[in-house]
Amino acid sequence: MTATLETQAPRRRRLGRLSESRNGLGFLFMLPAAIFLLFFLTYPLGLGVWLGFTDTKIGRPGIFVGLENYQWLFDDPVFWLAVFNTIFYTAFASIAKFALGLWLALLLNRHLPFKNFFRAIILLPWVVPTVLSAMAFWWIFDSQFSIISWTLMQLGIINQPINFLGDPWNARWSVIAANIWRGIPFVAISLLAGLQTIPQSLNEAAAIDGATSWQRFTKVTLPLLTPIIAVVMTFSVLFTFTDFQLIYVLTRGGPVNATHLMATLSFQRAIPGGQLGEGAAIAVAMIPFLLAAILFSFFGLQRRRWQQGND
Amino acid sequence: MASVTIDGVRKSYGSHEVLHGVDIGIEEGEFVVLVGPSGCGKSTLLRMLAGLEHITAGRILIGGRVVNDLPPKDRDIAMVFQNYALYPHLTVAENMGFSLKLAGASRAAIAEKVRPAAEILGLAHLLDRYPRMLSGGQRQRVAMGRAIVRDPQVFLFDEPLSNLDAKLRVTMRTEIKNLHQRLRTTTVYVTHDQIEAMTMADKIVVMHDGRVEQVGAPLELYDRPANLFVAGFIGSPAMSMIRGTLAPDGSFAAADGTRLPLADTGRARAGQPLVYGVRPEAMRLGGSVPLTVEVTEPTGAETHVVGRMGGTPITGVFRDRISVAPGGTLDIAIDPAAVHLFDAEGGQRLTA
Ligand SMILES: Nc1ncnc2c1ncn2[C@@H]1O[C@H](COP(=O)(O)OP(=O)(O)OP(=O)(O)O)[C@@H](O)[C@H]1O
Ligand SMILES: [Mg+2]
Repeated sequence: MTATLETQAPRRRRLGRLSESRNGLGFLFMLPAAIFLLFFLTYPLGLGVWLGFTDTKIGRPGIFVGLENYQWLFDDPVFWLAVFNTIFYTAFASIAKFALGLWLALLLNRHLPFKNFFRAIILLPWVVPTVLSAMAFWWIFDSQFSIISWTLMQLGIINQPINFLGDPWNARWSVIAANIWRGIPFVAISLLAGLQTIPQSLNEAAAIDGATSWQRFTKVTLPLLTPIIAVVMTFSVLFTFTDFQLIYVLTRGGPVNATHLMATLSFQRAIPGGQLGEGAAIAVAMIPFLLAAILFSFFGLQRRRWQQGND
Repeated sequence: MASVTIDGVRKSYGSHEVLHGVDIGIEEGEFVVLVGPSGCGKSTLLRMLAGLEHITAGRILIGGRVVNDLPPKDRDIAMVFQNYALYPHLTVAENMGFSLKLAGASRAAIAEKVRPAAEILGLAHLLDRYPRMLSGGQRQRVAMGRAIVRDPQVFLFDEPLSNLDAKLRVTMRTEIKNLHQRLRTTTVYVTHDQIEAMTMADKIVVMHDGRVEQVGAPLELYDRPANLFVAGFIGSPAMSMIRGTLAPDGSFAAADGTRLPLADTGRARAGQPLVYGVRPEAMRLGGSVPLTVEVTEPTGAETHVVGRMGGTPITGVFRDRISVAPGGTLDIAIDPAAVHLFDAEGGQRLTA
């Protein structure tokens, strides 16, 4: 009987089997999402990678040139300056965001008067559109009307305005400061959420066990917070490494490329500069760094032995 | 081991006072149970002993030393929390040795202390596990182990058994009692379960609404409750309480006219509104007091009878097997020597 069925409708039978098997059905349901992902994630990425191997310019389709763009970049001091800037920017901004964010989270986790008010306030830098806050910083760092220079001059500490964005090192620190200001809410609020999952009784038990408040922090709070720190800092590093808007509004990479990040340089070369292929190659060069950050977090994020088992 | 003195202690949260002057004396090596309904301030008092809550007024002395302003770590106490508060990122052994490690003890010295404690509690084979990999009862034991390792002057327990199932609770009750008999460390134990209090305590402190209602040995509280609250709280099934007044012939007249026997009228005055208290087991079959039966509950060894006497719902426990249909009547004798008489207004005990 099975044999007759098989000969009569082999196609129907195969479809039927697909819809009955667990994996087959799962595959069917995943198909739309997979196609969507493939198209909207992989296509632009693939296109970018492909462009990096061509000499495409705006308005002129390019031809495949192999590694020429990369060879060219390898000898380009501006590219290497941007790599240095990006690492410098990411490292300092991330460390500062982590330290200040953790500090703020610890403060907000205590019983403060107006606690909810402060918790809301702290989100402000994050809800303001980046371009808007960048423009505010642009005024704060203005070479003539800077409020910082003005205050310091009124206090008699300096006698001429600081050239925040005109001097290479001043500019680097200034954009880092703006990035820290903008990135702290994410870190602080996420870590605060993490802190609130730590039961108060653990701290009390540690206090009874003889821990000083510093020991309570290093031996109870911090170890319990590490899984969340790993997630938060991975995202923070990724956001910082790929930052574009702040720099582009504040300095456009200047002065003399001192604040060009890989993202801004890539855009600069590709769109205003017209060298699509070269810009794409710079963007592709960011991928290994980002992969490294993701791998780092992957290993950092693995469930530790103490997290396994049921509650 | 140390004595503990709680002297006129008050606690306010803002303008809201939750403890209204508590005095308790605890001898060296005593097992004291604080018992009372939810919200009466037991945990608050225990946390003040531990140094986790500020003392609004009054003094607390541990071993003769005022500890009001000492931080928890200098009070030489160990506490077992209701949720156990085990450090999830440390193994059982590390949890138990945490205080020693903080104190800078060597690995060998820590192991030397942890091992015997683990053996007492039957945890020796679990030392390398993390808390998440343990059952509720095992976690409870680890929490006790952590306290034992510290070898403190005073153990504090805050409802340590309330997260366990009924059977395990009975087992752990015995274990804690055994442990106390072995270590003889002064212990303050909080619970809202009067059975736990009765079975474990050397001395029970009954609390109600931020006040101490009565302090005494378990049977002392059972036999001579100082007021209606303690009378109703201690004992299961609860004491039956019938309202009425003194009759001219020296017996008790319930509100509906039923006469109940009295051996001693104590300080009760004629005409004063009274409460007549009788424990379920002070009733016997074969007397002159009518009991209208509503429900009979045979438990095998004895029979619980829920019904009405003198117009009031009461419970009696009888050694006999009783088969009376609901609505039927039993004739009951009450042991007059076992009767408690209370002032219906102030709730104070009037008989000796
Ligand atoms: N932090 C606080 N702020 C304000 N009121 C509090 C605070 N902690 C406790 N209370 C109040 O103090 C009273 C006593 O609380 P406590 O926790 O001591 O009760 P408890 O006897 O331990 O009850 P339970 O058996 O339910 O644990 C309660 O009325 C409670 O609402
Ligand atoms: Mg409590």
